[in-house]
Amino acid sequence: MKESEISIWFFIGVLLTIYGALILSYGIWELVTGNLANVVLARLHAPVWWGALMLLLGLFYALRFRPGKA
Amino acid sequence: MLELALTSHVAGGLIPQALTMLAIGAPSLAHLGPLDIAVIAIYFAMVMWIGFYLKKRANTSEEFFMAGREMTAWIAGLSFVSANLGSLELMGWAGSAYQYGILAAHWYWIGAVPAMLFLGIVMMPFYYVCKTHSVPGYLKLRFGQGSSIVAAFSFAFMTILMSGVNMFSMALVMKVVLGWDITFSIVISSLAVAAYVALGGLRSAIFNEVLQFVLIWGGALLVPILGLTEAGGWTGLKAQIIRNFPTQDYLHMWRGLGHFSDNPMGVHWTGIVLGLGFAISFGYWTTDFLVVQRVLAANSLRSARMAPVIGSFFKMAVPFIVILPGLLGLVVLQNADGSIMHLVGEDIVSAHPGAGMHSYNEVLPLMLVRYCSPGLLGLGITALIAGFMSGMAGNVSAFAAVWTYDIYQPLINKNARDEHYVAIGRWATILGVVISIGAAYLVMNAKGIMDYVQALFSFFIAPLLGAVLTGMFSKRATKAGGFWGLLIGTLTSVGLWAWVKIDPTALRYVAISPDAKDMAENMYRALWSFSVTVIVVFVVSMFGHARPLAELNGLVYGATKLPKEEPVPFYKNEWYWAVIAVVVFLALNIIFW
Repeated sequence: MKESEISIWFFIGVLLTIYGALILSYGIWELVTGNLANVVLARLHAPVWWGALMLLLGLFYALRFRPGKA
Repeated sequence: MLELALTSHVAGGLIPQALTMLAIGAPSLAHLGPLDIAVIAIYFAMVMWIGFYLKKRANTSEEFFMAGREMTAWIAGLSFVSANLGSLELMGWAGSAYQYGILAAHWYWIGAVPAMLFLGIVMMPFYYVCKTHSVPGYLKLRFGQGSSIVAAFSFAFMTILMSGVNMFSMALVMKVVLGWDITFSIVISSLAVAAYVALGGLRSAIFNEVLQFVLIWGGALLVPILGLTEAGGWTGLKAQIIRNFPTQDYLHMWRGLGHFSDNPMGVHWTGIVLGLGFAISFGYWTTDFLVVQRVLAANSLRSARMAPVIGSFFKMAVPFIVILPGLLGLVVLQNADGSIMHLVGEDIVSAHPGAGMHSYNEVLPLMLVRYCSPGLLGLGITALIAGFMSGMAGNVSAFAAVWTYDIYQPLINKNARDEHYVAIGRWATILGVVISIGAAYLVMNAKGIMDYVQALFSFFIAPLLGAVLTGMFSKRATKAGGFWGLLIGTLTSVGLWAWVKIDPTALRYVAISPDAKDMAENMYRALWSFSVTVIVVFVVSMFGHARPLAELNGLVYGATKLPKEEPVPFYKNEWYWAVIAVVVFLALNIIFW
């Protein structure tokens, strides 16, 4: 693809970053308040680690493929 | 679409038909909170951003229909596998895994991997070198206008009809899972698809397919991870399945295939290997333009060959998020009183409205609801919506290309300017979506039609494979041979289907055994129609004159000079990765033998 074009990986990075931030924030709120959702294995705090993973992956792709980066 | 067409049979009845019944008056499975709604809304905003951004890169026909042939092997490969990974497939095959066990993984392994590797390593050079814009376009170059028109009309007609069936089915899923109004789901999703494909063309469709692929893994991978944690790992899962279902074999792929009556699917290993593994799978993965179009958009021959090889690795991984949740559902899903929940067939659920029963096909949403808290549930639902939208985008982008290049250009307006064809492509996209909506409402009001539509689609796969393979590998095959082979092969498929429909006992001849079930019939019908096509091509060709070798350059094996590719390190070589894919494929089949 041409250099001037925004890469698909950038779009994916942005989306994962937003989703990761939202889900991680919810997970931290759950962790701090102890107000767990009514789901199985809620004590494993999946939103915290899954959200953090998505956030990190998203930031990596968003920065690595940001527009204008050579 | 291959899987959608087959899922209905595996699941013991049409999912959408049964969902229609379920949708009426049934409480929804899940309730979305504000965070879940935000996750879905952000996805829609993102796809529209991509569509508007890519509009400026879809000005020429090459850009609009072929994404400028600029896709890397990774993007083309992910898009290739993603175009087939719709939400109905995910739900249907998870339900099949619950019902039939790990046998369902055949549709992801032997039913896909050999064909993908064959496309990449053997067939792709011919598709790519002859610079065709479509599979009917290849037939035109090889066998002339007649075969191309037959293939183009059947593809355009069926693609758009299947798009409508998918649209209706997805709206029903949204109704059952979330309680959403059917018209609301249809209008919102089709407006979004029409907008981003009409704006950005194939490039936009491909970008969204890659996005969807990531979303599906992000949204669905958590289910098997948490499910295995709850079940005590793979060992714990196996032990509980054996304990709970001592008379059923849910854990072996090949052991019960010695006879039709030894396995719940009613299939025989010859049907799986020759029917599914060859006729159906090769037909779909190597000649269905919906998937081949993604690879034709690659930026070089090496990328075009590498893309299906990359896709094969991801295809082999998909059972982890589809088949495994189905198996986990057997042991972890519980009723309110703590007893094991038993999912049942659609007919039983619809016969007992209000009894609180769930069907096999609801296993994936039930697992999502079981483990996913706010935000994560929205992500899972977004993955389902994204799967549907990218599948529909795949349908309409392929329809637009075939309509413009293989129907409109040769039959209506041969010598227009390039901009004219781009405009026709954009209008064809919008028209395709409108016809799909019409088809969706047609199916909604006459549900028996869906069964016929899905059967119709399967009629064209195997004969097309016969015509393309003979054209690609026989210098002797003639124009008349290709045309009559395709036509008579298709009529054979239709005839066998009608024969069994009129007289069910004919199954013993079509599928070789009275114990065979619907699935086996599909496989053997494909095998017969493929064989008839090949035989007719050769017989008719014997009475005609083959084209001179010089005319077959770029089209036929043995008459084509392939361009010399630059040497690359072994880890960038498609042969190296294809061999690794074969080893992994064999290992998986042996492990789960």
